[in-house]
Amino acid sequence: MNAEAPRTLSETWRAAARAAALVAIDPVGLGGASLRAAAGPVRDRWLAWLRHLLPEGTPFRRAPAGIDDDRLLGGLDLVATLQAGRPVIGRGILAEADGGIVVIAMAERLPGAVAGRLASVLDGRAVRLEREGLAATLETHLGIVALDEGREADERPPDALLDRLAFLIDLTAVSHRETGDPGIDPAAIAAARARLSSVAVSDARLEALCGSAAAVAIASLRAPILALRAARALAALDGRGEVTDEDVAEAFRLVLAPRARAFPPPPPQEGEDETEAPPDEADRGDQTPPPDDPPGADEMPQDQGPEETEERPLTAEELQNLVLEAAEAILPEDLLAQLRAGMSGLKTTRTRGETGARARPGVGGRPAGSRPGEPRRGARLDLVSTLRAAAPWQPLRTRGRDPGAGGPRVAVRREDFRVGVRKPTIRRTTIFAVDASGSSALNRLAEAKGAVELLLAECYVRRDRVALVAFRNRDAELVLEPTRSLARAKKALAGLAGGGATPLARGIDAALACADGVRRKGEDPAIVLLTDGKTNIGRSGEPGREAAREDALAAAGEARAGGIVALVVDISRAGQPLAREIAAAMGARYLALPYADAATLSSAVAAALPAQRG
Amino acid sequence: MRQVYPFSAIVGQDEMKLALEIAAVDQSVGGVLVFGDRGTGKSTAVRALAGLLPPMKVVEHCPYNCDPAKPRGECPSCAARQAAGASFTAVEVPVPVVDLPLGATEDRVVGALDLERAITKGEKAFEAGLLARAHRGFLYIDEVNLLEDHLVDLLLDVAASGENVVEREGLSVRHPARFVLVGSGNPEEGELRPQLLDRFGLSVDVKTPVDIPTRVSIVRRRDAFERDPAGFIAHYADADTRLRQRIAAARGRLPETIVSEAALEAAARLCVALGTDGLRGEITLIRAARALAALEGVEEVGLATLRAVAPLALRHRLRRNPLDDAGSGVRVERALAEVIPAEVLAS
Repeated sequence: MNAEAPRTLSETWRAAARAAALVAIDPVGLGGASLRAAAGPVRDRWLAWLRHLLPEGTPFRRAPAGIDDDRLLGGLDLVATLQAGRPVIGRGILAEADGGIVVIAMAERLPGAVAGRLASVLDGRAVRLEREGLAATLETHLGIVALDEGREADERPPDALLDRLAFLIDLTAVSHRETGDPGIDPAAIAAARARLSSVAVSDARLEALCGSAAAVAIASLRAPILALRAARALAALDGRGEVTDEDVAEAFRLVLAPRARAFPPPPPQEGEDETEAPPDEADRGDQTPPPDDPPGADEMPQDQGPEETEERPLTAEELQNLVLEAAEAILPEDLLAQLRAGMSGLKTTRTRGETGARARPGVGGRPAGSRPGEPRRGARLDLVSTLRAAAPWQPLRTRGRDPGAGGPRVAVRREDFRVGVRKPTIRRTTIFAVDASGSSALNRLAEAKGAVELLLAECYVRRDRVALVAFRNRDAELVLEPTRSLARAKKALAGLAGGGATPLARGIDAALACADGVRRKGEDPAIVLLTDGKTNIGRSGEPGREAAREDALAAAGEARAGGIVALVVDISRAGQPLAREIAAAMGARYLALPYADAATLSSAVAAALPAQRG
Repeated sequence: MRQVYPFSAIVGQDEMKLALEIAAVDQSVGGVLVFGDRGTGKSTAVRALAGLLPPMKVVEHCPYNCDPAKPRGECPSCAARQAAGASFTAVEVPVPVVDLPLGATEDRVVGALDLERAITKGEKAFEAGLLARAHRGFLYIDEVNLLEDHLVDLLLDVAASGENVVEREGLSVRHPARFVLVGSGNPEEGELRPQLLDRFGLSVDVKTPVDIPTRVSIVRRRDAFERDPAGFIAHYADADTRLRQRIAAARGRLPETIVSEAALEAAARLCVALGTDGLRGEITLIRAARALAALEGVEEVGLATLRAVAPLALRHRLRRNPLDDAGSGVRVERALAEVIPAEVLAS
């Protein structure tokens, strides 16, 4: 890539550069990569490296996260339509990039709806266009590179997209001094592309990939399939016709390790149960096929490479253990923390801490018809409506015109112009900050939980979201990230324990941090603080009633400065002066609900907070 | 044209397959919602469904798939032909399974002024949309929970009335649009509006399989399919054919399949126990049970059949009780254990 003096490449970079090579070999099969890094030389270098490896002339398009359907999927091409005098399809970026790569900028802000569109194009390998009077299926084979500039753990591209991309690369810790050419020749890529379709994989290795994916608790079945394709591409890159154990290990490192949700269990000891162990060669035959399986048709005949070479090949289990042993060193460090938080084993649902996919409001709101008017001041021309408005007049307007003469075939006049009307959707996210300390007796906590669930049940009809911060002992914790999912909320609430001291200031701080995140996403936060006001832990985490009180008031002042809509619900048996003070400092409404049950609480909150705008 | 993964090659996910087979036997069960984890082959299964449906007869050249056996003139096209005294020929076509992709615009869904004819000839003509194409067939929405609200409203309206009424751009058109709504999605990306949820006859909760042999088997088949689609499809062609015949036979048996008094009563008690709103749940439950009995070649719907389809037909109709932590599937099971105890089944 460059002629600079050789330097020490970081291991992360080396792996990322290998991943780029694999994307260049099989962009469609591997789906592409997500690239987490700040905008800068490292990221640019990786993209340049990928381009360098791709065959000449490969489309390489860039799309912003806020792209609209016209540009993404395609629609009516106005200029061509007017010239030709018949509807002409304008291709979107995806169809234009057929055979190449689409780079999504700021993918951490990609709306869930756009991710859904990308996912369906990646899956179907075609853009199915049903838009603006046009119906077409445009073959679209492409890979996607999602640029992720997220800083917080929860700022990342939607899971619907990540699930389909083979490589989740994180270059945030790589310095540009550690980057460079790891020694892959574009000619090798071209050769590998040609060889790819004939690379064979033994059954044992396929099983090892599936088994090791399960051992690190990766639920999605796309992951082992992507890893399998990566292993094939690795073999092809090396000029081999068969996947080796090393390919399997590297595919694990590149594809599966970044998705790991648990450390692999220790290898089974003598006498330990072996239910978790993957089947080895011998008992593969009596795998129970589903009852409605066609007899004898368990699997397709596999492309068996030359298997019995010099020494005995490793069994699936041996290989899997080998892979996993090597893997432990490279698994993400925060995995331990996640494990402690109770994540282990094969989970089929996402747990708190990994997040991303949210249906976000469409940029600029949802379309709500069109009206006559000119496309000015941000109003966008509604092509189809304009043409439809012009259509009935065509015979009249073009009458007497010499058909041979130049000029547009379709006469569109100013009065035909229609502009799209969009209804802005500003979503409200209600953040509950719940005092889970011992002083707010446990039954109050249960009521608070119930109120949150009731509100959520209503919110999801309105498509609002709810988040939950709980504070007790020395800390505040974001128990439930902003969500519309009732199922997820229930799970979070069920695990919420009570008791201990009252770090009110920290609770307010945590709610504010969450509100900031909501704002960054262009949404509207509101805080509901449920407390009895008897704080005794300050921001420092040290006990002390007076300091705690001052800290809480200071935190409340910050909420006011931030202009966040808030409500303080005093849940103490007798109204607490401090709760009232906090409310005043926050500029919040104060509500004393000494004996409220969940239903009362929820209706009180609904009434106290102004309805969402828009 | 991309090759479609064969239905009979799908590993596991028995409940999802059952629901789709039931909908194929009796379209009046009213649609299937497949909700669940990512990468579980939801859309693969729905797309494979098209291969299982016996062909249907339609009026030739009718863009609305009119049934030749029905009174003529239900749609604008047939009405015009009737008025002109033209002949009606019946032709066999595959049952449509129409995709409603995300990003579809309203004019393509309901139909609109035919732009090409309007521009080139200055004619005002109606171009039928996806709803017309899906008439008497299936309308599939992947990621149904991401569908824009205004399209959802529109679908709700048409699904309820069975008729698509278009009043736009100076056009006034109405045509029949009765279709089976099939939706899939991942609940983590947002829940479905209760009104839309209610439109689905059956709902399936798919989970990622956790046992390793199944997972290996899924990956292996997927890989084999990708490497040699034609060979893979040929390999499962027999199994798919048998399934298609089974569905065709079940359709034939359906009118003769009766529902026992005991099953009717149990269905009613089940719905009361679960507090499902309205009669829709009960009717769907009976229809689904009848379709399953027909599939199994049983002449009379008994309690066992009813039990097998009850979770499919009822789990999405329970009134949400946020304070009940149990999933809706568990609640249905609980009610089932009460209404149809195991000892009754055994006897």
